[in-house]
Amino acid sequence: MVKLTGAEIVVQTLLELGARTIFGYPGGAVLNIYDEIYKSKELKHILTRHEQGALHAADGYSRVTGEVGVALVTSGPGATNAVTGLATAHMDSIPMVCISGQVPSALIGNDAFQEADTVGITRSCTKHNFLVKDVNDLARTLREAFFIARTGRPGPVLVDIPKDVTINTAEYSNNGGQVDIRSYRPTNKGHSRQIRRVMDEILAAKRPLVYTGGGVILADAAEDLTTLIRTTGMPVTNTLMGLGAYPASDKQFVGMLGMHGTYEANMAVHNCDLLLAIGARFDDRVTGKIAEFAPEATIVHLDVDPTSISKNVVVDVPVVGDVKSVLEALNVMIKESDFKEKQPDLSDWWQEIDVWRKRECLRYPAKEDVVMPQMVVETLFKVTEGDAIVVTDVGQHQMWAAQYYGFDRPRRWLTSGGLGTMGYGLPAALGAKAAKSDQPVVLITGEGSLQMNIQEFATLAQERLAVKVVILNNNFLGMVRQWQEFFYDNRYSEVDMTVTPDFLKLADAYGATGLRATRPEEVEKVLRQAMETEGTVIVDIHTDREANVYPMVPAGAALNEMILL
Amino acid sequence: MKHIISVLVENEAGVLSRVAGLFSARGFNIESLTVAPVGDGDTSRITLVTTGDNNIIEQINKQLNKLIPVIRVLDLTDGPHVERELMLIKVAAQGDKRAEVLRIADIFRSRVVDATPNAFTIEVTGDSGKLDACLALLEPLGITESVRTGKVAISRGSKGIRKEPKG
Repeated sequence: MVKLTGAEIVVQTLLELGARTIFGYPGGAVLNIYDEIYKSKELKHILTRHEQGALHAADGYSRVTGEVGVALVTSGPGATNAVTGLATAHMDSIPMVCISGQVPSALIGNDAFQEADTVGITRSCTKHNFLVKDVNDLARTLREAFFIARTGRPGPVLVDIPKDVTINTAEYSNNGGQVDIRSYRPTNKGHSRQIRRVMDEILAAKRPLVYTGGGVILADAAEDLTTLIRTTGMPVTNTLMGLGAYPASDKQFVGMLGMHGTYEANMAVHNCDLLLAIGARFDDRVTGKIAEFAPEATIVHLDVDPTSISKNVVVDVPVVGDVKSVLEALNVMIKESDFKEKQPDLSDWWQEIDVWRKRECLRYPAKEDVVMPQMVVETLFKVTEGDAIVVTDVGQHQMWAAQYYGFDRPRRWLTSGGLGTMGYGLPAALGAKAAKSDQPVVLITGEGSLQMNIQEFATLAQERLAVKVVILNNNFLGMVRQWQEFFYDNRYSEVDMTVTPDFLKLADAYGATGLRATRPEEVEKVLRQAMETEGTVIVDIHTDREANVYPMVPAGAALNEMILL
Repeated sequence: MKHIISVLVENEAGVLSRVAGLFSARGFNIESLTVAPVGDGDTSRITLVTTGDNNIIEQINKQLNKLIPVIRVLDLTDGPHVERELMLIKVAAQGDKRAEVLRIADIFRSRVVDATPNAFTIEVTGDSGKLDACLALLEPLGITESVRTGKVAISRGSKGIRKEPKG
């Protein structure tokens, strides 16, 4: 067996595990690793302008590909800058591995230069983390990190490597990424008796509703979900994280549910007699007032993570297992039984839903002189023919993107759903584009969020990655302003964003193209121009300053208590 | 309700802080926690005493299982079990009181592990109630300090905590 240095082992093991593109930022503790990256012809490294950007880029890369995203940062400030990226991925269960440098083993605990207790700091925002003290453990640890990141309920894993470990040598041989962790064996197959109970519950239901989350996307189970929905005729709603799991253009899709979900989706949750939750976690933004959530329903929950079951809402029929394998088994069971003959007629239920649909809860007033933000997203959908990879930041624009851009396919919608990280968008779009260079990547953002990681325009320029950035610019931190309007008597405390960079000049400064629209009739033209122009384009669209996101379930209210426009 | 939970973990750095961090991050209570290596030393056994309704205990159980280095979680309160705690008490006792201290120590089948002309240190083992009772009796005689290990517990019968993989 050959002896390699720790730094060589890092690069070799990453290649062994299938990583080809990583995102990072160098520094003292990772110099040896960067020296090996310099020598490697196979491992591509993208230098972001901030470690947070590297983490979000790896996250975006993972969300569009389904692979483990990889980030590399140095010790101390490199690692602390990575924390928000880890926490974002952790909340959304995104498989990622972050390698951080650490001061030499002998100096750990000595308050050395650029030392931070990285394993301590990141313990609660990773699925798991490791400190590698011995170079002989390095390859195994990296393999375990990848395995833990992508199996079970996925999540980010951090591997902290002291500098001396990158110099020391150990034997290395490619083992194809095999691991055996006796204390970690995630459940994959669902219990067949439980799956049969799920089928029985569907057969007993007169008003069923399927509610799916990010888990369906993560498990690559969108096709299996679609089969289930089509064969059973049930209505389906997706969470923010679950958009694209079922075609939004299909009539069985009732829209997103939750705080800014559709009226029909939320009323269906409130009135259903069976709620079939798949790869979702009953987040407070979805359930509203928990005591009045789906009050009449038998609740069935399919999830790979047992801790998600009965955490917020008591579940009547739990099925623990990989969502894809459970759905496959359920579909086979339905196909091979006399399901069709036995299933109750759902037409009365659909009639009820159609009455709710007629409220047209997503309608908004058009204005003659002012651009409505909702119209921008609708126009973008039209211009991109609904087939762009859409990335967002966090706030009103995020909700409008979710409501008005209908996703027909999975892994084309990237948003920080759980943590709600402003500044996620630009680096995540960068990561998505690095993975899918042949597909259009559009970032829908606000003038507030964009400024939180605006430095990544330089990375886009350096890597010649083209992202179309659409700013819904209302010169307000819009979502906070909306809450202040609704719940704080219009006291707009510290939400004014009138002062921003001139985005046209900014585009110019970063070698991108800048476009602007201030009137409704200009919107389609600039969006078409943006999509047709080569390279990164920043489209600054001045929108109605005080437009609100409707419908809305106020925090703490039940889902049937929506504020409609 | 009070629950005694046994957790078999890999004996590696940071496990205890993962367990303790889980309890603080999710707002679960810990009444006591003991940990030491067991067997050939590659695993440790944590015994923790916590309180909560059934839903909370179920979450604690699941969340503990979710930690990567956790091999097995067992709620001993579910079945018959033996629990023990050890306490060391230092009693400042002079003159007539010295005999009284020894009498009480005898009642609780405890041992004197250190004796000086004006103090005794006594070791008591038993369930928590016995330790409380012993403390209460010695209190008027002048306890200087006391220390308790927290509960350790094991199920009754022949079955042991399984060490094979989860899942």
